[in-house]
Amino acid sequence: MNAPIGPVETLSRRNFLVAATATGVALGFAGEAAAAAGAPAGFEPTLWYSIDRDGTITVNIIRAELGQHVGTGVARILADELEADWSKVHIKTVDSHPKWGLMVTGGSWSMWQSFPIYSQAGAAGRQVLVEEGAKLLKAKASDCTASNGRVHAGKASIGYGDIVAKGDMSRSFTPEQLGKMPVKKASERRLIGKHAKARDIPDKTNGQGVYGLDATVPGMVYARPKLPPTRLSSSVVSIDDSAAKAVPGYLKTLALDDPSGSIPGWVVVLGDSFVAANKACDLVKVTWKSGDAAKVSEADLQARAAQLIADPKAGGLVVDDPGVDAAFASAKTKLEATYTTATALHFQMEPVNCLAFEKDGIWEIHTGNQWQSLVLPWLSKALGRPEDKIVMKSYLLGGGFGRRLNGDYAVGAALASKAIGKPVKLVFTRPDDTRFDSPRSPSVQKVRMAFGDGGKVTAMDHTAAAGWPTLAMAPFFMPKGTNGVAYDPFSINGADHWYTVGAQRVRAVNNDLAQSTFRPGWLRSVGPGWTNWAVESFMDEAAHSQGVDPLAFRLKLLDGAGRNAGSGPTAIGGAKRQAAVIKRVAEKAGWGKPLPKNTGIGLATTFGQERDMPTWVACAARVHVDPATGKVKVEKLDLVVDCGTVVNPDGALSQMQGASLWGMSLALFEGTEFKDGQVKDLNLGAYTPLRMADTPELDIEFMPSTEPPVGLGEPATTVVGPAIGNAIFNACGARVRDLPIRPAAVLKAMKA
Amino acid sequence: MATFKINGRQVTTKGPDDAPLLWTIRDEIGLKGTKFGCGVAQCGACTVHVDGKAVRSCVTPTSAVAGKSVTTIEGLDPKGAHPVQLAWIEVQAPQCGYCQSGQIMQAADLLSHTPHPTDAEINAAMNGNLCRCMAYVRIKQAIKLAAKPAAKKEAHA
Repeated sequence: MNAPIGPVETLSRRNFLVAATATGVALGFAGEAAAAAGAPAGFEPTLWYSIDRDGTITVNIIRAELGQHVGTGVARILADELEADWSKVHIKTVDSHPKWGLMVTGGSWSMWQSFPIYSQAGAAGRQVLVEEGAKLLKAKASDCTASNGRVHAGKASIGYGDIVAKGDMSRSFTPEQLGKMPVKKASERRLIGKHAKARDIPDKTNGQGVYGLDATVPGMVYARPKLPPTRLSSSVVSIDDSAAKAVPGYLKTLALDDPSGSIPGWVVVLGDSFVAANKACDLVKVTWKSGDAAKVSEADLQARAAQLIADPKAGGLVVDDPGVDAAFASAKTKLEATYTTATALHFQMEPVNCLAFEKDGIWEIHTGNQWQSLVLPWLSKALGRPEDKIVMKSYLLGGGFGRRLNGDYAVGAALASKAIGKPVKLVFTRPDDTRFDSPRSPSVQKVRMAFGDGGKVTAMDHTAAAGWPTLAMAPFFMPKGTNGVAYDPFSINGADHWYTVGAQRVRAVNNDLAQSTFRPGWLRSVGPGWTNWAVESFMDEAAHSQGVDPLAFRLKLLDGAGRNAGSGPTAIGGAKRQAAVIKRVAEKAGWGKPLPKNTGIGLATTFGQERDMPTWVACAARVHVDPATGKVKVEKLDLVVDCGTVVNPDGALSQMQGASLWGMSLALFEGTEFKDGQVKDLNLGAYTPLRMADTPELDIEFMPSTEPPVGLGEPATTVVGPAIGNAIFNACGARVRDLPIRPAAVLKAMKA
Repeated sequence: MATFKINGRQVTTKGPDDAPLLWTIRDEIGLKGTKFGCGVAQCGACTVHVDGKAVRSCVTPTSAVAGKSVTTIEGLDPKGAHPVQLAWIEVQAPQCGYCQSGQIMQAADLLSHTPHPTDAEINAAMNGNLCRCMAYVRIKQAIKLAAKPAAKKEAHA
């Protein structure tokens, strides 16, 4: 429901073509026109991969490389099914083009969406290679096998390059044929599940990797933004650049006129070097007119959220079972708790930047970006040019974490270039980047549970209020609730959990004050980063309220009944798989065994990002709390994950390591606040993500599985925070309900 | 204007004396491997060696390296095969990779004077280098791996 139309859906209506080219053979999908006409011949296919006469296989990757080694992962899906020689596989990250369909890298969707399509595309290629190879070997295709880039018939064999050079490779598969293309059994896989070195890594150790910040073009000038007091509603009144004129290399200051409305009130200061633009920027004085947003504080945002939650009519109903109110009315006991999370920043290492210029009638946008398909329409409106006259060139991303799903910085560069008729490289300083980050909105959540006889859970009611990134930037992705009110699925995913809790209600409320104050962003895991803080802290509180062990309490509710049974392919097994990961992690961590004083283990489990793509994950956090200071030291994090088939085990582990530390960092070290309409902490020193010395022992285990792969980039971030919160309670009896967890709050809760 | 050596090559820069060395290296000399992160010496992405010692180039005025020898990630080893770089690849340390030039330069400095660092020494030396992907487990693992050949060399000496 939540995943947008991805390559799988777009391509499922098109013919798959194999066609000769000047250098070999190309394999890919017919364009929309060809699909519509039903006539594949003569149309240029959308090239997904090609095989040259020397056997080189080039795989085109539409996903941004931001640390997940996605090219290696996707190419190995294809290469396995194609029976390719991995050493001959090359990976190419493509620039934007309509033929690729939706270009987005986020939601932990890449492997999940790529797996079926690249498997089938590989299988189709292998079938053609075997057929043509058999002819060349004068054997029956049924007697031939393919492996390691060759087709074998008994002792004779021929390489893929030779087959491509000598055979007749032209084929066309209908969508139905491709859909039914038999893929290999899991037991026959040669690359999937095996260790592979990521292809992008060597260049990341020798300075040769090219990031957006490294893009240059002759004749370009540099710019630094002079950002208005508020993100959404400022306009320029006057500019005084008299002091800047003394800076050697200063060129001019421009108030950007933005027909797309993406970047109201942005000013750029131009120089012949970044040093000049940067220095001049500090000296330029701009007066803006700003609205009420300039007065908003974090406390205002939280207060507004609480006020909205109290109104039962507010928001979209995501789950709305009959009988919720009746169950609460007749409950033996009830429990209610409120949880909050503070504003949090992406703080990706490479501040946002973009090089833009027009060349031969085409606008070239050189930048690292996660959602080209979202930004192109903004650029089109801003520049007054059709989308097919704009191309986004791909670069490595110095971190994404969702920040670069919002490509507003590209609009600034493009408008500046258009205004001065030269290539412009717009570079944000770190404080610039932080100020106009699309931060994770603060959130407030109210959770209630009703219990009947014997502590049986009879109802659960969960409301979450936050600023909605999808409303701000991609409202077309918002489904309607059962009450007809559209909501941001990414703000509430997680609350619609897999526990069987009787009558359930889940309500997503938009914090309108957040929405009018800043541009809320998708930050690694988005809503599940706060909804699970509430759900999983609350599950422990609920268990304790009934005098039940938190593990046993969860296992009883993870019964896989009704809608929680799950269905294939992705969610097969449902809640039973979630039960398995928490059981396993509890076992690993020694749950229930005695621990030293002021030390506790806490459990939590989530399904990662969304019900349609559950990544079953569980964490046991062991913490020590200093009773004098309330300071929390995380000693160990055990994590167990069931993500279906693990395509690239080392890459998967790497994502789990990073994401679990992200979860810990957001729980203990990060968090800022809005003050006068802006985030308060602009650079390191004030904003303090986890460092090496804070890193606990990590023990991460993957459940063996041959089910389809799901996402891994985000899920671990969702489970660590509540595990730490529950561990703190078990260590010292302090129940904390606000993220980040500060020592003062722990001390206060200890005394409560 | 400043004259200094960079990766063994003599250069004379034209930019202002107070231009941060980072931008001189990146935009005037054209070596893009050294990265811009925070601009206030708190993330370590801009780390280079000046006369063999790790420094934060974002807060070092270009004039301060006049007559000195600067080494960037591109010059750490002619083939990118410094023991630290090889260890980084072996343990697959980088995720997005943006901080890694700085991490590697910092780690190379550490191992040059402390060939067998303890965990505490690694933490102390590396804590100023932020990795936002939080690849810390592997960075530490890579440093320990890189320390091994150094240990061997010493044993032979």
